[in-house]
Amino acid sequence: MSKFKKKRGKTTPAISTASLPDIIFILLFFFMVVTVMKNSELKVDVSVPEATEIQKLVKKSLVSYLYIGRPMKNYQSVYGTAPRLQLNDKFATIDDIPLFLEKEKLDIQEQLQPLMTASLRVDRDVTMGIVSDVKTKLRKSGQLKVNYSARKRAQALK
Amino acid sequence: MAKNKKNEAGFNASSMADVAFLLLIFFLVATTIDIEKGISVILPPYCEGCEEPNPPSKRNTFFVKINTQDQLLVRGNELDLAQLKDRTKEFILNPTKNKNLSKSPRHALIALQNDRGTSYEMYLAVYNELKAAYSELWEDKARQLFGIAYNDLPRAKKKIIRKEIPLVISESEPTNYQALK
Repeated sequence: MSKFKKKRGKTTPAISTASLPDIIFILLFFFMVVTVMKNSELKVDVSVPEATEIQKLVKKSLVSYLYIGRPMKNYQSVYGTAPRLQLNDKFATIDDIPLFLEKEKLDIQEQLQPLMTASLRVDRDVTMGIVSDVKTKLRKSGQLKVNYSARKRAQALK
Repeated sequence: MAKNKKNEAGFNASSMADVAFLLLIFFLVATTIDIEKGISVILPPYCEGCEEPNPPSKRNTFFVKINTQDQLLVRGNELDLAQLKDRTKEFILNPTKNKNLSKSPRHALIALQNDRGTSYEMYLAVYNELKAAYSELWEDKARQLFGIAYNDLPRAKKKIIRKEIPLVISESEPTNYQALK
C-alpha cells in the first residue's frame, strides 16, 4: 500500500494518446472526401465580379473551366498585358476551344455529356471583346450551357 | 514462453498518428472548399446567316444597350443601373396597360447589346439585374398562384410559371465603336 501511495505522489499520470490516431484518421477521411484537386495553375489574374442571381454548380466533374484575364506579372514579359484566355495549364487562343471541349467530353459518360457546363471565370476588368469571341466560339462548338462565375454580393446596388 | 509470443504479436502503432498527420496536412493544403457559383445562362445555338424569322414589334422589345463607357441606354433613354430592375419589371408586367410597354409577359422580349469595349463587370451587373427582375416576377407569381415561394415549388409548377412569364433575353452581336476611335 505504501508503494502505491508513493507513486501517486511523485508523478501525474500521462494522458493516453492511444485514440489520437483515430481522431486524426477521422479528420483525414473528412478532408479526403471533401478535396477536389486543383487541376490547373492560374496564369492569368482572375477576380470575378459580384452578382446576386447566383446558382451553384452541383457536379464539379461536369464543369470545364475557361479563364480570361491579364497574364500574371511573371508572364507579362512574354505574353504582354492584353487579356488572354487560359485553358487547362496553358495560354490558348480562341481556336483552341473546340478541341479543349472535345477532350473534356472524353472523360465523361455519354448520357451525362449534355449536362456539361462551361464555367467562364472572367476578370472583372476585362472588356467584352474577348468574352464575346469566346461566347461565339462556344456557340459554334455546341457548348450552350454556360456559367458566368461570380461571387455573392452582400449589399444592394448603390 | 506463452507470454513472449503475445509480446511479438502486438505491433507498435505510435507512428500511425504521425503518418496520418502527414496525410492530413497534405489534404489540408490540397483542399479548395469554395463552391463554384455563378450566373447560369443557356446560349442560343449558332447558325450561319440566320435572320430572325419575324422581328418582334418595337412595343414588345426592351432594348438595353451598354456603351464603351459602361453607360446604359434603355429604349432610347439613359438610365441608372439601380433603376433597371424596376423598369424591366414594369415593362414585362405592364400593369397600367400602357401602349408602349409589352402586350403581355408572354410577348415581352429583352434585347441586350453591348460594345466590345464594355467592361465585363458592367455587362454582368446588367445581366444580373435583368435576371433579378424575372426572378422577382416569378416569386410574385408563385405566391399569387400557389401561395409558396418559387424555389419550393415542384418542377411542374415552376414550368407553369415560366410559361406564364418566359425569360427571353436575346443578345445581338456587340457593336465595335472602340475600333473606330
